[in-house]
Amino acid sequence: MAKSEVKLLGAWPSPFVMRPRIALNIKAVEYDFLEETFGSKSQLLLQSNPVHKKIPVLIHADKPICESLIIVQYIDEVWTSAPSILPSDPYDRAIQRFWAAYVDDKFFPTMRGISAAQGEEAKKAVVEQVAEALALLEEAFGKCSKGKAFFGGDRIGLLDIAFGSMLGWLRVTEKTNGLKLLDEAKTPGLAKWADRFCADAAVKGVMPETEKLAEFSKVLMAKMRGAPPPK
Amino acid sequence: MAEEVKVFRTWSSPFAFRVVWALQFKGVPYENIYEDLSEKSSLLLHYNPIHKKVPVLVHNGKPLAESLVILEYIEETWKQTPLFPEDPYERATARFWARFGDDQVLPSVFGVFIKQGKEREEAIVTAHGNLKYLEEELRGKKFFSGEKIGFLDLAFGWVANLVSVFEEIQGLTLIDHEKYPLLLAWIQNFMDDPIIKESWPPRDKLITKYQALLGSFIPKEAAEK
Repeated sequence: MAKSEVKLLGAWPSPFVMRPRIALNIKAVEYDFLEETFGSKSQLLLQSNPVHKKIPVLIHADKPICESLIIVQYIDEVWTSAPSILPSDPYDRAIQRFWAAYVDDKFFPTMRGISAAQGEEAKKAVVEQVAEALALLEEAFGKCSKGKAFFGGDRIGLLDIAFGSMLGWLRVTEKTNGLKLLDEAKTPGLAKWADRFCADAAVKGVMPETEKLAEFSKVLMAKMRGAPPPK
Repeated sequence: MAEEVKVFRTWSSPFAFRVVWALQFKGVPYENIYEDLSEKSSLLLHYNPIHKKVPVLVHNGKPLAESLVILEYIEETWKQTPLFPEDPYERATARFWARFGDDQVLPSVFGVFIKQGKEREEAIVTAHGNLKYLEEELRGKKFFSGEKIGFLDLAFGWVANLVSVFEEIQGLTLIDHEKYPLLLAWIQNFMDDPIIKESWPPRDKLITKYQALLGSFIPKEAAEK
């Protein structure tokens, strides 16, 4: 398939953009990575995702697919001759989908809330919520991995991608706030899994270095502080 | 092993209806287990410790939560009467609209019902901004899924039974004939389907329930007047 058949609209810092990139890597699919300029949205993005105007957007044979987890499942369903991203058993698939939704609906907003929290008490409360979420994910890891390296078993799967893509920002949050969230003592399974995930061939090239992401985070924070106050 | 399918639900949960409709379309026998959400059973809490919500599907003792996840499981487990499109692009599109429905449309419509004064005016604008996509998606189609009811219709089922209840209680019209002829036709076709009819929340009970719910949302300023 010609490289231009598959395009991905995105940006390197976004954990959501990282997900389809990892999936395309697993499938060994070549694609054009069209990076959006920070602070503005391209015509192509606005046309391809008029409803949300957000990245990532996968454009396959001129047809746009939006929402990162939907894109990952699409990739799995189209490129079937390559390693599977979802398991074959319906119950295992459902469990992975359940926890992937948990990462997006509960874990990510809570993690983001740490930096947004005003004052020590508020911050402590959010950190506690993140710790609880990680404890649940540690338990899920035990059940899903069944003693193997990843949530998906021997190889990276949907839930590895969904949660693993958050690791960059998790580490930046730890660094910025002087915290240890992914603790070898409290969540030993996840701590080891995180290193294996980041070292995986499909992930290595697309997971940004913590330093670079931390620098970007400062730019992002400054922009948000400098933005005009909401109505 | 004999198949055992249980659905933990309430009589009114729109998310639970999706699950039972899907089972009904596929002719899968199941047992309803009704929960009182003010006093959740220990079994529900055991099966859904993370969210503690309905619906929960328990298939041969194995529990699953989150209605959209459950619908995919039902599709993959019982292959008769497919509810999802076969084509991966169409499937991705259906999944996209289902999430849009839950993340944007439902909260915005509920916002119109709950809010008052200027906030309601703004909520109405937001709701129309979302509902217009539903109208567009029905262009050239009887159902969101095409000729027959499918996954996306089940996901939007709440539109067919809840919106008119909100409209009646608040004396407003959100889905009007001028802006939403296709959506109104869809609502009628959906409601008329014999399988959908097998499980349908009684309208008078819905009105009583949501009137009571509204009572608990009266903003402080209005209560103090």
